[in-house]
Amino acid sequence: MIDPSLLFEQLFNGIQYGMLLFLLAAGLTLVFGIMDLMNLAHGSLYMMGAYIAATATRVFDSFLLGIVVALPAVLLLGILIEMLVLRRLYARGHLDQVLATFGMILFFNELVRLIWGPEGIEVGLPPFLNEAVTVFDIPLPVYRIVVIGVGLLVAAFLYVLVVKTRTGMLIRAGASNREMVGALGIDIKKVFTLVFGLGAALAALAGCLAGPIFAATIGMGENILIQVLVVIVIGGIGSIRGAFFGALLIGVIEILGRSFLDKFFELFLPVNAAETAAPAAASMLIYILMALVLFFRPQGLFPARTG
Amino acid sequence: MKKTLIMATSALALAIAAPQAMAEKAGAVKIGFVTTLSGGAGVIGKDMRQSVEIALDHLGGKMDGIPVEMIFEDDQVKPEVGKQKTEKLLTKDKVDFMSGFIWSHVALASRNSIVKSGKIWVISNAGTSKIAGNLCNENIFSTAWQNDQVPMAMGEVLNKRGVKSLYIVAPNYAAGRDMVAGVERTFKGKILGKDLTKWPSQLDFSAELAKARASKADGVFIFYPGRATNAFMRQYAQAGLTGTPLYSVFSVDSLSLPKLQQAKLTNVLGTYSTQFWAPDLDTPVSKKFVADYRKKFGSYPSHYGAQSYDSIMLINSAVVAAGGDLSKIKVMREKMRQADFPSVRGKFTYGNNHFPIQDFFLRQVVADASGNWTTKIVQKVYEKHQDVYHSKCKMKKTW
Repeated sequence: MIDPSLLFEQLFNGIQYGMLLFLLAAGLTLVFGIMDLMNLAHGSLYMMGAYIAATATRVFDSFLLGIVVALPAVLLLGILIEMLVLRRLYARGHLDQVLATFGMILFFNELVRLIWGPEGIEVGLPPFLNEAVTVFDIPLPVYRIVVIGVGLLVAAFLYVLVVKTRTGMLIRAGASNREMVGALGIDIKKVFTLVFGLGAALAALAGCLAGPIFAATIGMGENILIQVLVVIVIGGIGSIRGAFFGALLIGVIEILGRSFLDKFFELFLPVNAAETAAPAAASMLIYILMALVLFFRPQGLFPARTG
Repeated sequence: MKKTLIMATSALALAIAAPQAMAEKAGAVKIGFVTTLSGGAGVIGKDMRQSVEIALDHLGGKMDGIPVEMIFEDDQVKPEVGKQKTEKLLTKDKVDFMSGFIWSHVALASRNSIVKSGKIWVISNAGTSKIAGNLCNENIFSTAWQNDQVPMAMGEVLNKRGVKSLYIVAPNYAAGRDMVAGVERTFKGKILGKDLTKWPSQLDFSAELAKARASKADGVFIFYPGRATNAFMRQYAQAGLTGTPLYSVFSVDSLSLPKLQQAKLTNVLGTYSTQFWAPDLDTPVSKKFVADYRKKFGSYPSHYGAQSYDSIMLINSAVVAAGGDLSKIKVMREKMRQADFPSVRGKFTYGNNHFPIQDFFLRQVVADASGNWTTKIVQKVYEKHQDVYHSKCKMKKTW
């Protein structure tokens, strides 16, 4: 039988993984939903965040300062990319956007190779973050608790920003009817630049937080972006709420699948076959879920409320 | 006038005759070296390349007086790319020897092209069971090991240390499954659980680590080469598993240790791994190699480097035996079978499948005199150990 404390621990791990996905998905879903722009280079911003934070952490010998430096740096980078490259793509089709932003992935990967070399960088943590605390007899990694905390804070911040502020109102208005907002005398270009910058900063934050778990490496963005896209499809395009719950769902399913699927398969398969089949099946679970959502609820589980 | 004419004639005669007189001796020894130079595994290729450089320094850049020309190619860890680069080296560059190869699947994809060319191939790393077994060939030599030998040695170590139960985590691909099979073959205790993770994309091990802890095993056995090593090690510490000893193969080495030290992952200190070599191996050749490598590049070489150094030295012994005539494949092959060259592992012999019959050691991670983390040999695990696949190779040992 499944040990309840192990189940609790794996749920915790799943939520933590989901939070990381959420930080990436929130930015991507905003950009896609509001600006109607398919940005594959979102993962590159995540990577840039991880690299800049890793370097700054080493220079200042402080992980916190690393994040403080990386966030505005990638925010500016995002704004720069939006103004120089992406602006030209809004009027074009999604295929052009995919091609152009795919080119940007290659560009950023090479850029990182030139600046930092091919090996990747390790990010050191202060010792108190590098261990586990015991909660109800279950040892939980302190750092992963911090990641969950940051994820919740960001979710609350985005909720307030989008629902309670004037900026949020503009963002929502821009999503519903771009032309009308423009006709009312609002400079929609500025709103787009702001949204893109915000998305870039969130990606960078995810990169900062991922550094001490996975290390900053070339191509780290593409690896995780596929799962982020699944999150957006499941949650509903353009919906932050969807990104939040979708990410948690994907995180938990991914981790629980890896944890318990082999035991489940052993119920009706020989042990050896179960051992090799389980990891393969576990990595398919989220795609199966995505296919089901697309079939039964193509607008996503928590679609954005647009007119 | 007459004198000038004679001089001119003799000069011309010399010019024509010279190439004929020299025909037996090659103009250059061309060695094609396939390795990984880009991406996360690029550090391995860099280390191999630098070690080849040290070997050539020791040879004065020449083999039997003939200048050596190295041509390095990047396989990008992709079998199809490796095969393509191999064919380019054989047909366009017309190399005399093939060497390098980190990855078993890349080596297997390139095997037929090299065997067909009739050139001698010295594999510097990839220890696939197939090439040690039924796909062995008279022109294929290894200066490494067969994959299973290293985890088998680890299994013996676990038995000796009284480890009663083990949890295994490894990536789900050919070499990962080889490593698991290897340790299972010799470990006599109970295996409480086994996770094969998605390779190479999965770098989050939270689920596997939680299961390993819940199993309450005496030890955890891992195989995570390249950048996954560091991700695994840091998560191991963060998950509070530091009380459970970690045993690894091909994961903690001279390439990952500087990075682990940078990340201040002190839980790596004291952990054990098995290998045929460590930077402190007490043989004259190894000491010289390590000292010169450190002088030139400022860091410790890895076992990949040591094997690459041996590859070049093995090729050199063949070239010298053939008197520089690289068409004498048979003479060169017979010489190489003697393993009569200055090897980092000291004196060793070749089995019928051209894989080394050699010693394996238990290594522990320690800080050296100047505080750099490195691996130190603790004890010998296997003496003159031969891989289990040699019986599947049809070649007979005649040397």
